[in-house]
Order: sequence, then structure tokens, then C-alpha cells
Amino acid sequence: MTESTLRVENLRTHFFTRQGVVKAVEDVSFSVGAGRILGLVGESGSGKSMTGYSIMGLVDPPGRVVAGRILLGGKDLRTLAPDEMRKVRGNRIAMIFQDPMMTLNPVLRVDTQMIEAIQAHADVSRAAALERARDALARVGIPSPQERLSAYPHQFSGGMRQRVAIAIALLNKPDLIIADEPTTALDVTIQGQILFEMQKLARESGTALIWITHDLSVIAGLADEICVMYAGRIVEHGSVDQVLDAPLHPYTHGLIDSVPSRGRRGEPLRQIPGMTPSLLDLAPGCAFRDRCARADGACAEDPALSSPVAGRQVRCFHPLTQSAVA
Amino acid sequence: MAPPYMGILHSAFWTLIFSMPVFIVRRLMQSVLVLCFMSLLVFVGVYAIGNPVDILINPQADQADIERAIAALGLDKPLWQQYLIFLKQALAGDLGKSFAYNIPAIQLILERMPATLELALAATGMAVFLGIPLGLWAGLKPDSWPGKLIMTGSILGFSLPTFWVGLMLIMLFAVELGWLPSNGRGPTTELLGIPVSFLSWEGVRHLILPATNLALFKLSLIIRLTRAGTREALLQDYVKFARAKGLSSTRVVGVHVLKNIMIPIVTVIGLEFGSVIAFAIVTESIFAWPGMGKLIIDSINVLDRPVIVAYLLIIVSLFILINLAVDIVYSLLDPRVRISEAKG
Ligand SMILES: Nc1ncnc2c1ncn2[C@@H]1O[C@H](COP(=O)(O)OP(=O)(O)OP(=O)(O)O)[C@@H](O)[C@H]1O
Ligand code: SF4
Ligand SMILES: [Mg+2]
Repeated sequence: MTESTLRVENLRTHFFTRQGVVKAVEDVSFSVGAGRILGLVGESGSGKSMTGYSIMGLVDPPGRVVAGRILLGGKDLRTLAPDEMRKVRGNRIAMIFQDPMMTLNPVLRVDTQMIEAIQAHADVSRAAALERARDALARVGIPSPQERLSAYPHQFSGGMRQRVAIAIALLNKPDLIIADEPTTALDVTIQGQILFEMQKLARESGTALIWITHDLSVIAGLADEICVMYAGRIVEHGSVDQVLDAPLHPYTHGLIDSVPSRGRRGEPLRQIPGMTPSLLDLAPGCAFRDRCARADGACAEDPALSSPVAGRQVRCFHPLTQSAVA
Repeated sequence: MAPPYMGILHSAFWTLIFSMPVFIVRRLMQSVLVLCFMSLLVFVGVYAIGNPVDILINPQADQADIERAIAALGLDKPLWQQYLIFLKQALAGDLGKSFAYNIPAIQLILERMPATLELALAATGMAVFLGIPLGLWAGLKPDSWPGKLIMTGSILGFSLPTFWVGLMLIMLFAVELGWLPSNGRGPTTELLGIPVSFLSWEGVRHLILPATNLALFKLSLIIRLTRAGTREALLQDYVKFARAKGLSSTRVVGVHVLKNIMIPIVTVIGLEFGSVIAFAIVTESIFAWPGMGKLIIDSINVLDRPVIVAYLLIIVSLFILINLAVDIVYSLLDPRVRISEAKG
């Protein structure tokens, strides 16, 4: 494999609250190469967004990245001064958020919000910036982009707003885009269109893409690789086909089982029993053990990432074997 | 159907041009009702408190003189007749002459108005130009010691009574330190035919203490509004997105946050301007500021009914104008209002 665009090593992001320390991201490592799409999957609260914010340097107090390296093109972003990091944001790494109704500033025109994103990183005239903004809108499929530039966000539908946000992310041709559930709030047709376009875009422009979602079915057709997160940790990592066809981790298995599929029509959906544990002062041991059918005494210890199958990783003492899944 | 963006310009335009007159007429009708009611109250109130003649006319004057004076003021007729006469003349634009000064009440008030407006504007300006930066600071760094100090100060500003603060200001800066005058308006300069204080240094010195006194409450209000708005805006996704674009924090706060919180702030500043003018009564009395507020207190003392009624009329008209201006500014600041009004 070629040199990865982004390599995250042993990232730890903790929140120091009055009640105690919340380990929102705990020992997370992964990498994503140019033109590749990495899916980051997990339940609500598993630390997916915090992983994204940590990379962007946008974790707000009382949270803080406490350990790890975030290497972008070989340079550790954690060592950058605040203003150098500002120059990375929106320029080399862009981020798109979940709710398109909330991400655009309601009182600023779309052109203002696009031009400022360009001028924050390059000494470009307003006219030139405007032209680039218009091209970006056209590229994400917004009809009559010239006129739409002077509109306000509330004059766009949800899907169109998300396209505007994507266009803004594309403006400075970033090396990496972190998309934090950008289609969750949209209806299925629009979601499909946007997924298709983003995939095409990553492939054509060689942009690395981290796609955060709780929805496995979104990832299935989109990503190359999957990281499954649980309680702030990556519990399974592998190619999409490997992980979805033959999950190693009991949690991944449970996730796949809870997705409706044609093969199991009529059968009741199998939900993972129990709830996500609170990350506040999480006890040692596998965080999944209260919900896991395979748990035993060994699981009271922290499982380490192991690689029972070449090219795959799992954090479990008793990973599923091929026969157990079938 | 035309695409929605075709309507952007139009909607703002139509809203301003067509909805305003309807709105103005509705407001005007409401205010005429308010005025009728208030003038009636003043008539009954003054009648109940006492007879202006007792105060205005030299008790040594002989009975014939007194009766002539009473007749001249129209006070010999029954109250209901006095009121009807007043209404008739008011409709013709005549609010009567001041009992005490014997010049038209309106003229008397208009002469005093610039002083009050200048004081109110100075106070509002102080409240805005200090309140917004302080509120931003307190909102951005709520746990820092300056942030906490600002909030404590604003609680004091809210809870201390205006007249007490005024007296303290006089004691400290005028009496103890002798830095600033505490009495009257000082020399005025003509600006477009209106006498103003702020153009001469001596005038500014006279303006500082009363304006500070009047500003204190609004300053606290604006600090709290700005702080609350800032803290709320900082949690919004659009702020995070703005930061994710790599904007400098100056731009994030100065444009993205400020533009959003300006909407409620401008509304409140505008709506409160009327109450600043009303509250000026206390400050003007303490600092002997020759404005409408001091005039109305003096007029109430001598039961100068035409002046009291005219003052109320002016105040109500000011409130209407202010509300109107606020509505226009509001629709200019918030693009969402323009659209929804055009649709509705
Ligand atoms: N301000 C905070 N104080 C304490 N803990 C926090 C704070 N913000 C986030 N966390 C913790 O970080 C954890 C991870 O949050 P994150 O937003 O990354 O979850 P997520 O996987 O993106 O979930 P979702 O699918 O709901 O977006 C949460 O479980 C929460 O406990
Ligand atoms: S380590 Fe034990 S408890 Fe955790 S997932 Fe594996 S089997 Fe289940
Ligand atoms: Mg999230």
C-alpha cells in the first residue's frame, strides 16, 4: 500500500468533567490513504465524532486530546501551533457535519460563507473566490449555482444545504474529508445521490475520506475499510467485505444482525441486548462483556487488538470463527 | 412557480413597502386609544389631587382676579366639559397652553426634548459600546476571573436603584474628587439648529455623570444578553463548522457569532430606548438635567395639566416610532423574517 494520507496512532481524547474522566476516545489507531474511504461505525456515544474532532483539533474543553499522534502527510498535527493548525483546517482536512439545517450560518449568505472559507487560506480576490465558489456548487449538483450563491441557507432544502456544506468542504481541495453522518438527516433518495457523488469524488480527486456513521448499510456500498468503534475503542478493523461477511467481534456480529436484510425476511430483528456502558470511569475489562454472549472470566481483563486473520484486527478474547457466524 | 431565489429581493422590498403602512395604521389606531385613555386619566387624576389655581395664583389676589384667571384657564367649567373641549382642540392639533408658563405645552416640551434625547442616546451608546464587548468576553471566557467580575458587576447594575447610584456618583466624582460637574447641562452648541452638549468639552463633562447613571441598567442588560447569546451560539454547529473551515477566531466571533446575537440585542436596545427616555425622569431630577423628564416632574408639582398630557403624547409617539424602527431593522438583520413575512 502507498503512503497513507492520514495515520492516527494511539489517539486518546478524554473529558475531564466534575464527575470524573470520560474516555471518549481510547487508544484509537487507523490510517486512510489517498482516494480511499474508511468507514467509522458505532452506536451513539461510541466516540466517532470525537475521533473526528480530535483530528481537526476541535475538541472543546473540558475535553482534550491527551495522547497519540495524528500524522497528516507524515507531520504530527498535535505538534502544530494553533495558527498552523488553523491553516490545516478547511484547507488540508475538511469536515462535514450531520445536520445540514444547523451547519450553515442562518444569517450569512451562501457566497459569504464560501468566500471566507477560500480567503482564510489563500490570498484570492473576491471575484476569483466567487468563481471558485460557483464551480464548487456546480460540482455538487446544485442547479443554477450563480443565482444560488446570493441566497440564504433557509432558502435551500435539507439535501441542497448538505450539498452546499460538501461544496464548502471541497473548496480548497483537501487531502482528507471527515464526513460525520452527513446523510443521516436526509431521506433515502437524497442520501443515495450524495453517497454516490462523494464516492466518485474521492476516487477522482484522490481525496481520502473518513465516513462516520451508525448505519452499516450506508458503509456497505461506500467504504473500502471499516473500523467498528465501541465505548471509545476500535473493536474491529478490516476490509468492508471481510467485516460484513464474516465479523470477528461479537459486537460487530450483533450490529450486522440488527440490520434488516432480505435473507432473513419475516424473522424478528435481533437487537443487541443491554445498553452502551457509560464512559465515565469505565471499569477495566472488555466494555462489551455485559452484553456479550461469549463473555467469560477472561473478559474481565482488557482485550488487546489481535490479528487472528491476516489484514484484520479484533479486540476480543473469543473472536467468532467462520463456523460460528454461519 | 418561480424559483424561490427570484423572490429574495422582492420579498424584502414588498415587505417593507406594503406591510409597513398597514402596520403603521394599526399601531396608530392603538396609540390613539391609549392616548384618549391616558389623557382622561390625567384629567381625573389632576382633578382629584387638587386645583391648579391654588398653586398657580397668588393667594393675596382678590376674588375677581382669581375668578378671571380660572375662567381664562377654562377651569370654571365641569370636568367633563373641560375634557371634551380638550379633545376638540387636540383634534385640531392644539394641546393647550401651559398653566405655569403660558406658552403652548407642546412647544415647551419640544424645547426640552433635545436635552433628554441627547442624554438617552449617550446612555444607550455607552451601554452598547461597553456592553457588547464585555458581554462577549464574559460569554467566551465564562470561567476566567474577568468573566466572573463582569457578571458580578452586571448583577450590581441590575439591583442597585438608579437614584442611589446617581447620588453615589455625585458624591464620589463631583463632591469628593471634584472631577466632573453634577448639575445641569453646561454650555450647548447648535447643531442643525438643535442645542447639543457633546460638541464642547465642557458639555461632555456635564454629560458624563448623568449618562453613566442612566446607562447602568441597560449596560447590565446588554452584558447579560450578549453573554447568554454568545454562550448559546458557541454550542451551535454553525460555529463548529466555521472553525472547521479554518476561519480565525476573530472572524468566527466577530462575524458568525456576533451577527446572530445582534438580532435579539438590537431588538432589545431599540425597545428599551423608550424606557431609557422614561427612566431619564429620575436621572434628570438628580442631575438637574434640563430635559423633558425634569419638566414633567416640575409640571406635576404645579398640576400643569396641559404639559402632563402633552408629555404623554410625545412619549407615546416616540414609542411608536421606536417600535417601527426596530421592526424595520429586525427584518433587515434576519433574512428568515423577510421570507416568512413575504409568504405569510
Ligand atoms: N462535553 C462533554 N463532557 C463529557 N463527555 C462528553 C462531552 N462531549 C462528549 N462526551 C463523551 O464523548 C463520547 C463520545 O461522543 P461522540 O459525540 O464522539 O459520540 P458519537 O459516536 O459521535 O455518537 P453519535 O452517533 O450520537 O454522534 C460520549 O459518549 C460522551 O460521553
Ligand atoms: S472480549 Fe469477551 S466480552 Fe468482550 S467481546 Fe470478546 S468475548 Fe465478548
Ligand atoms: Mg456523532
